[in-house]
Amino acid sequence: MSEPQTALQGATAQGFVTVSEDGLHGMISLRGDLNDPKLKAAVAKLTGAEVPAAGRISWKGDRGVAWMSPDELLVIGPYSSAGKDALVLSKALKGVHHLVANVSDARAVFRIEGAGFREVLAKLTPADVSMDAFGIGQIRRSRFAQVAGACWMLEEGSARVVCFRSVAGYIFGLLEHAARSGSEVGYF
Amino acid sequence: MSTRLATGGRLLDRTRGLEFTFNGKRLRGYEGDTLASALLANGQTLVGRSFKYHRPRGIVASGAEEPNALVNLGESGRFEPNQRATTTELFQGLTATSQNHWPSLEFDVGVLNNFAARFLPAGFYYKTFMAPRAAWKHVFEPIIRRSAGLGKAPKDRDIDRYEHFHSHVDVLIIGGGIAGLQAARAAGASGAKVLLVEQTASWGGRAPVDGAEIDGQTAEDWIKNALVDLESKANVHLRSRCMGAGVYDHGYALAYERVADHTPGDGRPRHRLWRIRAKQIITATGAIERPLSFAGNDIPGVMLASAVRDYIANYGVSPGDRTVVVTNNDDAYRTAIALKAAGLVIPVILDARPEANGALVEEARDLRIRVEVGKGIAKVKGGKKVTGISICAQAGEGAALEDIACDAVAMSGGWSPVVHLWSHCGGKLVWDETNAHFKPDVDKAPTNQSGEGFVKTAGTASGAMSTGAVLQDANDAGKAAAKAAGFSAKSTAAPRVADVPEQPMAAVWSMPQGAGIKKRMKMWLDFQNDVKVSDVQLAAREGFESVEHAKRYTTLGMATDQGKLSNINGLAILSQSLNAAIPQVGTTTFRPPYTPISMGAIGGEARGELFQPVRQTSIHDWHAANGAYFEPVGQWRRPYCFRRASESVEQAVHREVKNTRQALGLLDASTLGKILVKGPDAGKFLDMLYTNMMSNLAVGKCRYGLMCNENGFLIDDGVVARIDEDVWLCHTTTGGAERIHGWMEDWLQCEWWDWKVYTANVTEQFAQIAVVGPNARKLLEKLGGMDVSKETLPFMQWANGVIGGFDARVFRISFSGELSYEIAVAASDGRAFWGALIDAGEEFGLMPYGTECLHILRAEKGFIMIGDETDGTVIPQDLGLEWAISKKKTDYLGKRAQERSHMTDPKRWKLVGLETLDGSVIPDGAYAVGQGRNANGQRITIGRITSSYFSPTLDRGIAMGLVEHGPDRMGEVIDFPTIDGTGTVIKARIVNPVFFDKAGEKQDV
Amino acid sequence: MLLLECPYCGVAADETELAAGGEAHLKRETVGSLDAEFEEYLFMRENPRGVHFERWRHAYGCGKWFLAARDTMTLEVFGTYPAQSKKPPKAIENLIKKKRPDWKGWA
Repeated sequence: MSEPQTALQGATAQGFVTVSEDGLHGMISLRGDLNDPKLKAAVAKLTGAEVPAAGRISWKGDRGVAWMSPDELLVIGPYSSAGKDALVLSKALKGVHHLVANVSDARAVFRIEGAGFREVLAKLTPADVSMDAFGIGQIRRSRFAQVAGACWMLEEGSARVVCFRSVAGYIFGLLEHAARSGSEVGYF
Repeated sequence: MSTRLATGGRLLDRTRGLEFTFNGKRLRGYEGDTLASALLANGQTLVGRSFKYHRPRGIVASGAEEPNALVNLGESGRFEPNQRATTTELFQGLTATSQNHWPSLEFDVGVLNNFAARFLPAGFYYKTFMAPRAAWKHVFEPIIRRSAGLGKAPKDRDIDRYEHFHSHVDVLIIGGGIAGLQAARAAGASGAKVLLVEQTASWGGRAPVDGAEIDGQTAEDWIKNALVDLESKANVHLRSRCMGAGVYDHGYALAYERVADHTPGDGRPRHRLWRIRAKQIITATGAIERPLSFAGNDIPGVMLASAVRDYIANYGVSPGDRTVVVTNNDDAYRTAIALKAAGLVIPVILDARPEANGALVEEARDLRIRVEVGKGIAKVKGGKKVTGISICAQAGEGAALEDIACDAVAMSGGWSPVVHLWSHCGGKLVWDETNAHFKPDVDKAPTNQSGEGFVKTAGTASGAMSTGAVLQDANDAGKAAAKAAGFSAKSTAAPRVADVPEQPMAAVWSMPQGAGIKKRMKMWLDFQNDVKVSDVQLAAREGFESVEHAKRYTTLGMATDQGKLSNINGLAILSQSLNAAIPQVGTTTFRPPYTPISMGAIGGEARGELFQPVRQTSIHDWHAANGAYFEPVGQWRRPYCFRRASESVEQAVHREVKNTRQALGLLDASTLGKILVKGPDAGKFLDMLYTNMMSNLAVGKCRYGLMCNENGFLIDDGVVARIDEDVWLCHTTTGGAERIHGWMEDWLQCEWWDWKVYTANVTEQFAQIAVVGPNARKLLEKLGGMDVSKETLPFMQWANGVIGGFDARVFRISFSGELSYEIAVAASDGRAFWGALIDAGEEFGLMPYGTECLHILRAEKGFIMIGDETDGTVIPQDLGLEWAISKKKTDYLGKRAQERSHMTDPKRWKLVGLETLDGSVIPDGAYAVGQGRNANGQRITIGRITSSYFSPTLDRGIAMGLVEHGPDRMGEVIDFPTIDGTGTVIKARIVNPVFFDKAGEKQDV
Repeated sequence: MLLLECPYCGVAADETELAAGGEAHLKRETVGSLDAEFEEYLFMRENPRGVHFERWRHAYGCGKWFLAARDTMTLEVFGTYPAQSKKPPKAIENLIKKKRPDWKGWA
């Protein structure tokens, strides 16, 4: 049996920033009452990271938790253990109304790296991605041209864009176009 | 003749010569020129022909308001018509051709219209071509289409690229003249995030040309310092070549950046459309000078006085050796003074006012320029260029007092603030009697989401008419905008200016005042669309009293310049004709964009492969490499069939059908929607969503279900599997996943929010592959890993397990009537699992199949397809699906609607199968006719085809359709007339819709 | 182009990130209702020139439905609030009364 494949098998493009498809991430969609102590404890125990406030993503080591909606988190970790992690969460939340779904294979993740990364985002999304509106530890769900996606920032000088797997090619095309050398805006 | 002066031209770099061509002629200009200034420098005063009369046209203006100088620009992949020469920066190798003439600019056949002008007044087309109808289509329209129209349509694909850019700011300032710069300084000082955009390549607007002195510096120096200051501020961003195009609701604005128009092919995007959200917007858009209406004011060589000044000061271009200045205000004297300073001759300044003795007037007199007050132009002489003028008394009827030879006329009828952007989103205007113009009504600004004004104007755009007033107004606007955006404004002081006092202008709408009809027929209002004073007067006489009606009747202001020069003059003529005050007549509506913007910019990146999103399954690459002929299904691309060498699409489909029925087929069903529904109330919820019962489905089992909307109409179908005590997995159609997930969330969030149910759309988590056909079980047993026998995994059940080393969930469901397994694996394993099936399946005759085969297989079995058998007006009862509607449930979505009298009418068309008597295939969508005719004399229809295919299995055409009383008419033959014009009628027998394996034995083995 | 604050995310969402869902606070009629009542529920909408309550979904964001009180003429937004509301919050009602004295009031 061969290795699991990402949608674009690690495609990269070099423009005034670098666009590259990340490897597979473990991603678990967790729906429930985000204020429930049992849910908070389960998430903290699995990831070591706090349940984040609205619009934020918390991170510890190779695991993170992103706020997706008032009753939904995206629990991020290694791809290989996502199935097991989902079971761990399910077990810990026994008796609490919740939903856990492994969505690791339903997504594509791109890393946008380089000084102009905000410009690449701003060409595609109506969300405010300027420094005062989008910084480290923030996630913004929005629209990237014609499809839904989210971007988050964990470190200076780069951001991640996540979208549905089926539109990975479209999103990569958008990012590549927006990042092409010569189209620097010089704005941020 | 216009020519380049030996010195001068503040925007030129005379060390950098550029070559360009106009109508194939090689000409030279300098870096910093516009195409218009370079054409004038080369003596090219004639640049085009007017729209209706094909009269010769020259350059009138120096900016965005230019009505005449439109050219075809560029070649092949960069060809673009209707480009304004005054806003086109010159570059090395530019090619331009003139428009709207045949065979040549100098000799144009269409000019015959000009001699017939008295027979072509406003409304001529409306009146003349009413009847006979055929004459319009065959005679008039072809002739008019050939002679009308502006530039040529491009033939080649645009080779440039375009993009959008979103920006969020506190204060957006549109216009980079001294007002915009000062407003940016004032707003920026508060710390607010400021974006300042300027449509041209240079900053400062008119001030350097008009020679203002600011804070003891020349305007030029003051602007330089202001730019240095602004550029040093992190919170202020400056953007030139970027035009504020439109202002919209809630602080949204569009700006149009011409990134590489002047450097084509340098690798940058050609245009960038800025999509801006601003808390506050300041329009510092300046003002536009108005022409004067005198006979022959359209002859090449007649220009706006400000434009003449611009060409001298900015580009070192003289519009003529002898220029007559004609005005109703002091400002135009600046032009005379500038001409004099450049060593040119001003035979006379004609001032329509009864007296003139302001500082500028006296300065002109001191320069020994002849000034005639109370005088105007009786007429301009010349054809393709000005050769002279006749002087008359402004008060009279135009008797010539004196003839003067000249080759240019500089006219000024006063200034109108550019209120377009203020008005786009509802800003109101007031009439300013002193300056005879509309200006923003500051109390009636466009309002934002909080109900508060979000647009302010600054400088001349506010109606401030002196440099000092402009800077004071701009300073105030900048501070006020920062404050309104939530910042505490710093007390910046407006720069000090020693204004040259000016005397009031006098409104002059017709020159001379008492001009007769002959003169009025030669007074142009709209140069591009050939609308004259006499046309507007005619419109008023004929009852087009509303300004909006008069505009459409005469086409005044409807050309590509949108009436930037003509609106106020035309309005004044209309109001005079109606004996009403100008503000009572009102203005037409200003709509974005301010000047035309490219379609490329509007589209941005959305062209070619990025035109719209294409969704691909994880197995897509294999399909593409193996002959897949794709079809769009929503945004997905699915293989319609897999063609083998030399096979037609039809042959491939037939092979796939036969092979699946006889051996083994493989379908990529990944696109089917998969939605998890979980919670203590999930069963109750699904019972409301589906027409049938889902709460009593046993864990491990599958059930086919139907969903209706509140109108009772069928909206989706699919198989539901019960995964656990409180977990269901709902399959939807390919196009339905997002829609149905949204539908579920709508009910859960907005109606039954106290029900404990969570949903998750897991469609893309899985690659789902249907293994279909008599050999399906053999293949899975060969791969091994789980028991797929009938005993362990019977029809309509599912199980988790491992197949060929892949974690899988296997559903025993069938949309083909064959033994079938739908196997879901992680999408990341999809490609590998598909490969494993393909490799192992060879010995069982495995072939992949596409969507058309799927359709035929299901039609042979009489299975309905959402979108074929349904069209948004079909209820499940129409399709004989009563078996899937629970009788026990008190409610489900659509139940009440299905009780309505029209839904229970026995005459509703119902689903049946149809077999043609001759075995042919009925066209999809064909209607069956009955006896008699309806009220419109049409044949009564009694049914229609919903699906129609050639069945390779049965070797004949089969169809499904909805027919009145259909199920009660088994065996009857009904008529389907064709629409191919042959009058052929296809006869078809009503039969059971299940054509193949009526007992359903093949799938349940 | 509208800008509406999603009451869940707190972000000011661009109209292109939202999906409109028509009139808010409809009462679902079902089995047992009179034809006229059902017609009212299914088809009859206010369509006022002025104050209007409507449904919006933060479709390209958190996916949640919310409600907005808005003036259809001026596009002024009086407030947004969660979809799980039988009627507009008092504060929004009061604000509308203050700003639109001739508003007929919450039915």
